[in-house]
Amino acid sequence: MNVRKILTTLTASLLLTLAAGQAPAAEPIKIGSFLAVTGGASFLGDPELKTLQMYIEEINAKGGVIGRQIELVHYDDGGSPKKSVNFAKRLIQKDKVDVIVGGSTSGSTLAVMPLVDRAKTPFISLAGSVKIISPVQYWTFKMPHTDAMAAAKIYGDMKQRGITKVALISGSGGFDKSGRTQSLQLARQYGIEIVSDESYGAKDTDMTAQLTKIRDTDAQAILNFGFGTGPAIVTKNVRQLGIDLPLYQSHGVASKKFIELAGDAAEGVRLPASALLVADMLPDSDPQKPVLLAYKNKFEAKYGPVSTFGGHAYDGLHIALEAIERAGSTDKAKVRDEIEKTRGFIGTGGIYNMSPRDHLGLSLKAFKMLEIKNGNWTIVK
Amino acid sequence: MRRLAGLCLLATIVVVLPILFPDNYYVTVVGVTALLHAILAVSLNLLMGYAGQISLGHAAFFGIGAYTSAILTTRYGWDPWAAIMAGLALTGLVSFLVSRPILRLKGHYLAMATLGLGIIINIILVQGDQLTGGPDGLGGIPTLSLFGWALDTDLRWYWMMGATLLGVVWLALNIIDSRSGRALRALHGSEVAAEMMGINTTAAKTGVFVLAALIASLAGGLFCHQQSFISPDSFNFFFSIELVTMVVLGGMASTYGAVFGALILTLLPELLVVFEDFEVMIFGAILMLMMIFLPQGLFVGLQNLVLRWLNRRRSAAFGAVGE
Repeated sequence: MNVRKILTTLTASLLLTLAAGQAPAAEPIKIGSFLAVTGGASFLGDPELKTLQMYIEEINAKGGVIGRQIELVHYDDGGSPKKSVNFAKRLIQKDKVDVIVGGSTSGSTLAVMPLVDRAKTPFISLAGSVKIISPVQYWTFKMPHTDAMAAAKIYGDMKQRGITKVALISGSGGFDKSGRTQSLQLARQYGIEIVSDESYGAKDTDMTAQLTKIRDTDAQAILNFGFGTGPAIVTKNVRQLGIDLPLYQSHGVASKKFIELAGDAAEGVRLPASALLVADMLPDSDPQKPVLLAYKNKFEAKYGPVSTFGGHAYDGLHIALEAIERAGSTDKAKVRDEIEKTRGFIGTGGIYNMSPRDHLGLSLKAFKMLEIKNGNWTIVK
Repeated sequence: MRRLAGLCLLATIVVVLPILFPDNYYVTVVGVTALLHAILAVSLNLLMGYAGQISLGHAAFFGIGAYTSAILTTRYGWDPWAAIMAGLALTGLVSFLVSRPILRLKGHYLAMATLGLGIIINIILVQGDQLTGGPDGLGGIPTLSLFGWALDTDLRWYWMMGATLLGVVWLALNIIDSRSGRALRALHGSEVAAEMMGINTTAAKTGVFVLAALIASLAGGLFCHQQSFISPDSFNFFFSIELVTMVVLGGMASTYGAVFGALILTLLPELLVVFEDFEVMIFGAILMLMMIFLPQGLFVGLQNLVLRWLNRRRSAAFGAVGE
C-alpha cells in the first residue's frame, strides 16, 4: 500500500513569483505525472520526479511559459499498472491536467495508453519498451531509446569487428525479456547468427552452468541483456571460466554501480549508453555537450549522482513545454500536434526529430558505444 | 428477513451513489475498483472467514480468470462473454485439482501451500511471454457489451460491477445460512467435531475453495475487459495479502464486513494522498489502531458496539418500568 502523492513545488514557486514582483497571471499550466517513486522501480521514478520538480521550480522563477506558471500534479503508482490507470483517470478527470509526462515502467505506460487516447490528452512516456511507439498511437510519445535500438547498436559494433556468431544470455525481468526478443528478431538483419540462447532467474547468484554451455559453442562474442545484479555476475563468471570472448552488455547496466559490482572483470566490456554518462568526455563540438553538462551539474549539485532516467524526465518536460509555447495555448490537440513537430530538440537522450510516423524521434546516433577501461567509461571510436 | 434487509441497504447505497454524483471521480473511478475489491473480498471471506481456511494465493485465481479471458479475446478472437466462461471453467478445474492436496494441510502449512500456488501462477504469467505477453503485459483487450450496450464508460462499468457485487453478496448470504454453510462454520470451530457430527469435511472444504476461486475468476474476467490492459503485477503476492487484509480489517465471518473492508482499503489511500510523504505512515497507523481497538474487525466491531448500546437502552427502559 505504498500509494503516495507528492503535490507540488507550487507553494515555493508562488513565493518566488511574488518575490520577483510579478503578479501571477492566468491559470497555471497543469502538468500531470504518475511515477514509480516507491517500490521496485523507484530507481526510475525517484530521479524522474526530482528532475521534474527541480526544473518546474526554475522555469516558474523565470516567469513560466506563455506568461503562465506551471503546476505539477504528481502521484506515486509504485510501478503498478493497476494504480497507474486510476491515477491517470484522476489526472484527466479530477485534476484536468493539460499534458501528462510520466509512466516510469513500460507496464504502467501501456496500461494508460488506451485511456489517454479516449481522453485526447497528450502523453509523454518515460518508459523503455518499443511497444509504446510501435505501432504509433496518436496521443502517446516516448523519450527513452528502445531496447531494439540498443540491440541494433550492439550488432552494428559487432559487425565492424567481424563478429557473426553470438551467444545470447538474458535474465527474466521485463527489460531482459523484451531485450531478448528484440535481439533475436534483429539478428538476421545484421547478418548475425544466435548460436546459443540461455537465460537465468532474477535472483540467481551463479551463471557458470549457462556460460559453460556457451563456452562449448562456436560463438565469437557473448551478449547479455539484463538488469540489476545479474549482468555483474555474468561478467564475473565469464572471466572466472576464462572465456576469452568479447562481452557485450545492454544499456540496462549503464551506471557506475555495475563497474563497482563487477570489479576488474568489467574491463573490456562494451555497452551502448546515452551520452549523459560520458558528458565530460565528449568533444566540444558535440551539440549535446552543453545540455548534458548543465543537467548533470544541476542535478548533482542538489541530489547526488545523475542517472539517465532523470534525463528522460528532463527531455519530456522540455519537449512538452516547448510545444505549449509554440502552440501559444494549452489546447490539447494543438499541443499534441506541436509535440509531433518537435525537430532538432537537443535533450539528454539525444537529438529528437519527431514525425507522425515516429513518436520517439531518436536515431541510433543517440547511443554511444562505450568500453570499460581502468574502471571508467571510454567512448569507442 | 434480516438477511435481506442488509442486502437492500447495500443495494440502495450502490444504486443511489452514482445517481447523486454521476461525474464524481471517487464514485465512478475509485468506486469501480472498490466494487471489484469487494467481490474478491467476499469470495475470500467465504473461505477464510467462514470455513477458516487461510489462503495467501487468492490473486492467482483472479489472475487465471483475467488472463484466460484476455488471451482468448485478443489472440483467438473469442467473444468476451464466452472467454469469461472459459476462464471460469479453467479456474474451476485448477482449483478442484489443487484443492485436494492443499486442503489436507492446516494452519501455517496451508498458508504456505496457498502462498506457493500464488507465486507459481505469477511466475507462469511472467515466463509464458509467448502467450501472456510476459512482464510487459497484454493490451488491446476489447470491452464487454451487454444487450447491445458497450460498457465503454466508467459509469457503465460501475453498474456492471455493482450488479455483480450484489449478486455475489446474495449468493454468499444464502450459502452461509444453508445447510452447507452451517457445515462450514462447524468445520471452522473444530474439524474433528464436525466430522463426528457426520459432516463430510473434505467435500465441504473443496466445495467452498472452488466456489471462492470461481468468484475470483469472474472478477478477473470483468477486470481485464474493464482495464483493457493487464500485466502480472496486478496478480502478485502483494495483492493476495491486500485481499486478506480487507477480510480481516472488515471482520472475519461477516460478508458485509468484507465489503466494508474492501471499501476502506480502496478509499483510504486515495483520501490520504493529500498527506504527501507521510501518507503510508498514516495509513499504517490507522490500520494498527483499528486492529487494536476493534480486533474483531471494523464492521463486526462497530456492529457489536451499536447492539450493546441498544441493549443497554432497552434494559434501562425495562428497569424503569419495573420500578
